[in-house]
Formats: sequence, structure tokens, C-alpha cells
Amino acid sequence: MNLLQVEDLTVHFHIRRGLGKKSVDTVHAVDDVSFAITEGETLALVGESGCGKSTAARAVLQLVRPTSGAIRFLDQDLTGLNSRRRRKVMRDAQVVFQDPYSSLNPRMTVHDLVAEPLKAQARMSAMELEARVLSLLEMVGLGTQHLWRRSHEFSGGQCQRIAIARALALDPKLVVLDEPTSALDVSVQARILVLLDDLQRRLGLTYLFIAHDLAVVESMAHSLAVMYLGHIVEQGPAAEVFGGPRHPYTVALLRSSPSPDPEERGTMKVLEGDVPSAVRPPAGCRFHPRCPFRMDICTTEYPQPHAVGGRLVSCHLPDDFDTSETGSAVLV
Amino acid sequence: MDELLRVRGLRLQFRSMRGVVKALDGVDLTVHDREIVGLVGESGCGKTITGLAILGLLQRPQAEITGGEISYRGEDLLAKSDKEMQDLRGREISMVFQDPLASLNPVFTVGHQIGDVVRIHKGVSRRQSREITLKALAEVGLPASDETLKRYPHQFSGGMRQRVCMAMALACGSPLLIADEPTTALDVTIQAQILRLLLRLREELGVAQVIITHNVGVAAQSCDRIAVMYAGSVVEEGPVVEVLSRPRHPYTIALYECLPHGHTAAELQTIPGTVPDLISPPPGCRFHPRCKHVLDVCRTTKPEPVQVGGRHWVSCFWATGQESGTHDREVVS
Repeated sequence: MNLLQVEDLTVHFHIRRGLGKKSVDTVHAVDDVSFAITEGETLALVGESGCGKSTAARAVLQLVRPTSGAIRFLDQDLTGLNSRRRRKVMRDAQVVFQDPYSSLNPRMTVHDLVAEPLKAQARMSAMELEARVLSLLEMVGLGTQHLWRRSHEFSGGQCQRIAIARALALDPKLVVLDEPTSALDVSVQARILVLLDDLQRRLGLTYLFIAHDLAVVESMAHSLAVMYLGHIVEQGPAAEVFGGPRHPYTVALLRSSPSPDPEERGTMKVLEGDVPSAVRPPAGCRFHPRCPFRMDICTTEYPQPHAVGGRLVSCHLPDDFDTSETGSAVLV
Repeated sequence: MDELLRVRGLRLQFRSMRGVVKALDGVDLTVHDREIVGLVGESGCGKTITGLAILGLLQRPQAEITGGEISYRGEDLLAKSDKEMQDLRGREISMVFQDPLASLNPVFTVGHQIGDVVRIHKGVSRRQSREITLKALAEVGLPASDETLKRYPHQFSGGMRQRVCMAMALACGSPLLIADEPTTALDVTIQAQILRLLLRLREELGVAQVIITHNVGVAAQSCDRIAVMYAGSVVEEGPVVEVLSRPRHPYTIALYECLPHGHTAAELQTIPGTVPDLISPPPGCRFHPRCKHVLDVCRTTKPEPVQVGGRHWVSCFWATGQESGTHDREVVS
């Protein structure tokens, strides 16, 4: 069953010169993005900075207003709800941000941070509340000795545990993880990933996982959606996409992340060029200026997503085209 | 291959409000001509401090080098005056930093900033410095045109800014480049472009490099040799393929097993405990409180680097005891 279904989500931001002036340009942050997450699974949205992955997640959380499109969460269309009803539904969707130091109020103690969502949303007695705070901290692996400390006394990994405890306070069904380990060292990252995986199994959580690190995504995701400049270029089961990426951008992304395996030295490939501006994105396929297999049609016509096996790919290339030679080799 | 840079047993401390931070405690690093050496470790392990210490960029008296040696082409850098070091920086050893936007001056054009470096170090005319600047821009893959010279840092993308920083670092023909997290602020496809550029600079200009990185993948793909740091010490140093395929130090082994590369989250290994506070670091081997294989001797004595293979050194009683086939507490202690 799909817990969350996003259809044709579009988010545009208007650039205005001066207060109240009319908009002079539009940032096409997210364009016609559709995806769904099965209950209890993890969907990873991956892509480079500015591709719209965080904006898509913020739209799901109702933190930005979509320009168009529908978001169905727990079988309700969020766009049609009034604010009181929406507030009730959104209890079940929580978020953990990238930088725990800026997402936690430095003046609040751990106890208050974790109790805050409970006080705001759940009706419980003081005793129930204390018990809930303690059980949440235990769940994320923090001892009671930390209860009255403030966020500056903690390491990044511990802060991220507090942020996770806070997100789990209201027993949500969906947790949006926006680059939850990007600010952490690898040894700390491993512990947070293990914790997130364990919590998902124990509590049946559904994750929308935003990340740029493909190795992290590979360890967590059941399915994967690759974004480039506001569009999803390829999506499907993670094993399938990692095993045989179809879209030239997915191939390039996989090939350009440096593998720590010394056996794989020299297999890294380089994709030329920079990501264009989302203000005036290229016509047709937005990847065409960097694509090594560009055809005439790519410069004019947007490739509609079509099914290839269990996947959706937005590319004009024939399905049997060999995209594995994307990019030029790095000298080693 | 000639030895370019040699750091031996470097110890360094900072004075802080809370006490003396023993930031470096035994850093050994050797860079030969045309060699790319990776300095790998997690935040706070002293990688950047090592780079800054080599260039003499640490502020005295807060930072104090308490032991060890740093030499460049046989010359003792620690004995040099500030003036001599200033002359050396940019001409012999250069550095690029993680955040290219923060290391460029936003109010001067790129041509102006690179030209300044060239004129100061080479004492050439404006016209000559312009020529040299254009050549440096071409070497790092930027368009060598007047238009590039007249642009300001904010008019470039992140990857191009890092190229500008490299052009500035290399404009005077430094044979050694210290790159501090040169790709960390960049997206993966741009990171790959910059790594390729670093390798090209070695192929085409013979620039030796120290690449400081927390990303084991970056080191694995671009370096000849790596030095792994933990809490201020180099714990293992050797050829990159050898160190990563047969790591000896328990920290290197644990660090490698933490990488999510090709593992599901449920399979990931973790390192228990946290990095020690360097104001009161643990005695003996600084990794011992977190080490799976801790021996009695580790708690009291700091292990010295022991050669375990061709140019492969490990500072660990457990690893070197095991090597000789007499892995036994009695024998080791």
C-alpha cells in the first residue's frame, strides 16, 4: 500500500525585484515530479545540489506551497485540506534535517526539545509525558544523564539522535530524512544509519530519504528516484537502478562517486560541464547539454517517463542502448 | 624519486581557555617528487593542522610546535623565519582550501588576485604577470581569456572557483600542493572533474600533492600513498592499494568497515565510543579506549611506527605483534 503518493508535483519560486514588485523570473525547482512510497519502505531522492530534492520533500511536508500537483498522504489529498485538518494529518509526517546544530534550539534542554512536540500535539498527563520522553531517548540510544543538557554540549551524532527522538515523539508514519548523515563523520554516520534502519524495522516507519551520497543511499533505500534540475530522470527498485542504471545521468552519477575499494581504482568516470541554472532550464531533456548521447530530439522535446522493466526512465534513447560508456576516464 | 617533504614525529599543541590541547602527537608523512599522498581521517584528527603547520600558517604563540621535524628538500622549515616562510609559500609549497568562496576575495577580480600572487613572488611586470595568469588559468581548465580575468569570484560556479584557487596556487610553479578537502564542498560530478584535474596536474606539470580528505573514496581513487590519522597521530602509512586492501591498524580496519559502500545498513560495522578530548587524551595509544584488540601495553606506551611491508608503516602493538607471528601479550609487552 502506498503511504504517500505524489503526482505531477511542481514547485516554482518567483524572483522579485524589490518588495511587492512583480516577478521578473521563475526558478523551476521541481517540475512534474511523481513518486510513491510503499508503507514501511524507504524511497531515496538523490541528486546534486539544486536538483530540487529538498524542495520536493518540503512540499510533501507542506512547508512550501506546491505550484501544482497532488500529494496524497494516508489516503487524503493534502492540497484540499484546511489548516486544522492538515495539522492533524501532518502529525504523522515528521522530519530530520541535515545540520542538527541549526535544527535544535540551543536554549532548550534535551528534555524540552523532545517534549515540545508532545506538548503541542499530544494530550497526555505530566507523568505520561516524562515516561514518553525517557522511552524516546532510550530508543535513540541516549542515556538519562543527558536529559538536562543543551545541544552545544553534544557531538553531531548525538544531536542527530536528539533530532530523531524529536521526530519520533508523535509516533509518525512517515519520516523525511533530509541528508541526515551528510554533516557527520563516517564512523558516526554508520551508527546513525544502523539506528535508522533498526527504528524502521521496529516501528514500521516509512522513510523519504534525501541524499547525495549514493553509497549511503544504497545501504538504506528500497527504491530510488534520481533527480536532475527539477525532473526525476529515473526511478525504480534500488537494486535494479544500482545494478544497471539506464539514464545517462544515473550512470554518470554512479560512475563519478569515488569508490573506497582499491580494486576499483581507475573505474571512475567524469561527466563534463556544470549543472545549468534552474531559472532558465534547457529546453527538452534538461540533461541534454551534458549528455554524451544527445540527439536532436533531446534539445526540443521533454522525454516522458516510460516503463523499462520495473523502472520509469525519462530518456529518448532506445531501451536497449548501451549507456555504460558515459563520461571519460580519470587518469590513474 | 627525490624526497620533497618530510615530517617526522611532529607534535603540536594549542593553548585554549580550557587547557592545553595536544592537537598533534606524532605525525609522520613523506612526500616524494610527483607523488600524491592522501592524509585521511575524521574531523578533529589534525589533518588540516598538519597542512597548516607545514606551511607555517599557525598563529603563535597560541600554537606551539613541541617536537618533531618538518623539512622540505632537506631544509628545516621549523628553523626558517616568517619572512623566509612567506617567500616559500606560493613559490615552493601552495595550499588550496575546502571552501573556495571563502578563500577568494569577493571585491577583487580573479585576474587581479592571481596577478598579485605572481607579481609578489616573481617580481615581474603587470604585462608578464597577466601572461602567467592566463597560462595558469588554462592549466586548470578555465578559459584563458580577458573575460575570465575580469570576473569576480561570485560569477563562477563552485567547481570553477576551486579551479581558480588552484590556478592561484600553481601560478608560480609550486612543485608541492597541499589540497585541504578540495572537493568536499562540491557535488559528485564536479568532484570527479576536480580529482581528474589534480591527477592531470601531476602528469603534465609534475606537481606533487598532499590531499587532505575525510573521504576514503577520494583517497582511494586519486592517491599513490595514504596516511591515516586518528586523534593527532598518523597510525598507518603506506601505498594506497596495500593499506586499503590489507589494513593493519585496528582504526584503519574499523574506519573501512564503517563505509556504507556496497553494504546494507544492517551489515554496517561501527566503532564504539567517541573521539577523545585532546586536552586530556588517553595515555599510550590514543585509540586504545575504542580498540577491539587492546593489549595491556597499549594503555601505557605509545606505539612507534614499525615497517610491515614495502614503505608500509603501522603504529600498533597488536598489528605488529601479529605480523611476527608471536601475537601474545607476554611477548609484546
